[in-house]
Amino acid sequence: MAESSTALKTPLYDLHVELGAKMVEFAGYMMPVSYPAGIIKEHTHTREKAGLFDVSHMGQVRLIGPDAAAALETLVPGDILGLAEGEQRYTLFTNDQGGILDDLMVTNDGSSLFLVVNAACKEQDIAHLKQHLSDRCEMQILEDRALLALQGPTAAKVMESFAPELNKLTFMKGAFATLNGAECFVTRSGYTGEDGFEISVPADQCEALAKALLAHEDVEPIGLGARDSLRLEAGLCLYGHDLNTDTNLVEANLKWVLSKPRRSGEAREGGFPGAEATLKEFADGSSRKRVGIQPEGRAPVREGAEVLTLEGEKIGEITSGGFGPTVGKPVAMGYVATEHAAVGTKLKVLLRGREIAAEVVPAIFVEHRYFRG
Amino acid sequence: MSRTYYTKDHEWLTLESDNVGVVGITNYAQEQLGDLVFVELPEIDREVGAGEEVGVVESVKTAADVKSPVSGKVVAQNEALADAPESVNESPMNEGWMFKVELSDVSELEGLLSEEQYQELIGG
Repeated sequence: MAESSTALKTPLYDLHVELGAKMVEFAGYMMPVSYPAGIIKEHTHTREKAGLFDVSHMGQVRLIGPDAAAALETLVPGDILGLAEGEQRYTLFTNDQGGILDDLMVTNDGSSLFLVVNAACKEQDIAHLKQHLSDRCEMQILEDRALLALQGPTAAKVMESFAPELNKLTFMKGAFATLNGAECFVTRSGYTGEDGFEISVPADQCEALAKALLAHEDVEPIGLGARDSLRLEAGLCLYGHDLNTDTNLVEANLKWVLSKPRRSGEAREGGFPGAEATLKEFADGSSRKRVGIQPEGRAPVREGAEVLTLEGEKIGEITSGGFGPTVGKPVAMGYVATEHAAVGTKLKVLLRGREIAAEVVPAIFVEHRYFRG
Repeated sequence: MSRTYYTKDHEWLTLESDNVGVVGITNYAQEQLGDLVFVELPEIDREVGAGEEVGVVESVKTAADVKSPVSGKVVAQNEALADAPESVNESPMNEGWMFKVELSDVSELEGLLSEEQYQELIGG
């Protein structure tokens, strides 16, 4: 196991080791890829009860000031001015071509905009924010806060004994709360397709909170391996794989991310990097599209595998693929030429030189079970 | 007792007769891969070379090649793994065996690792 001396540790590093986790370097941090239970059991546990994930490697940033929402709108296609206190939104940083620099969550916490960005992109995101927003709002990089995710159908039951008022939150809402004596900011969100919470907690109180949550009979620790299989089954994009600077939100089948007030002819039309190209493609359609792909048989198809028509013409590529423990078969998503993107289209995927039969399916392999009240 | 040989690529081979070896991957290999979800095995009667990639094991996260430790002809494959790839995790040296190879040159065994040498390799 390659432990790099330069890799950072989250506040839960010692706990992961104590729990027997297999640690790997990911985005510059030593992270648990799995615990002794193994990826399949961890995945299944999260779908049946509640899993606890350490996602402290992700970046947390607060934007403060009366102009913060308008300022952030110059970098993202989402409606940020319209975010009421306690509301959360998924959005994207775009480049001047409309390509995706990162995906992020933004929550209006009442006194600031609370941003959560990907670990691998956070330095670049912070530089981007500083470059474009520093004269319009105050920025705090929350390096002293850790991030936990509690995910699964019994997450709310678990939360009942910590901060029962949080169970009133519906999907994509957030609130401050005291958990195990720690002042936390909690959102009803996640990356598994299940109900659950994401908990921003002071780093020095993170381990005590994690241990308290793990002490609940329903809660098991879950590693990055199951986090990936859970999000893939739920059809959620992974930045750097399903999204990158060469993909835009129309191609990525994320048209809903272009909020209504930012669309052509609306009050705050465009106004984000690459808006012109994005709005044009939004109206005209894109030449390729992200879709779900269901391979036949049991062999998983992986990122980079070519997607072919039945005649053998290359029309796209798999961007995420693996085995879905809940559906019990391989699952994948990728980009294909739009004329072949209709659900039900029969395709082939090239796997180790052999052609595997496959079909375009909705990019959601398990039903989302978010709590919408 | 029949002797078991190992490769630096984490396969094992146990002789079940003078010139037929049973092949699988080691416990260390299955631990590194994690939960297996798919195993692809060489066809019966296939002629294989020593070190040739003849099969694939897929875990949730990743895929790895399985190489034949020796040259010869494949004479059996463990068909049960098609429906139960997890046998490799649960019992890599027994129920999780992968294929049997009829050795074309028994002297190739001398180039494989002993149990002690293999344990040393994996730092056991």
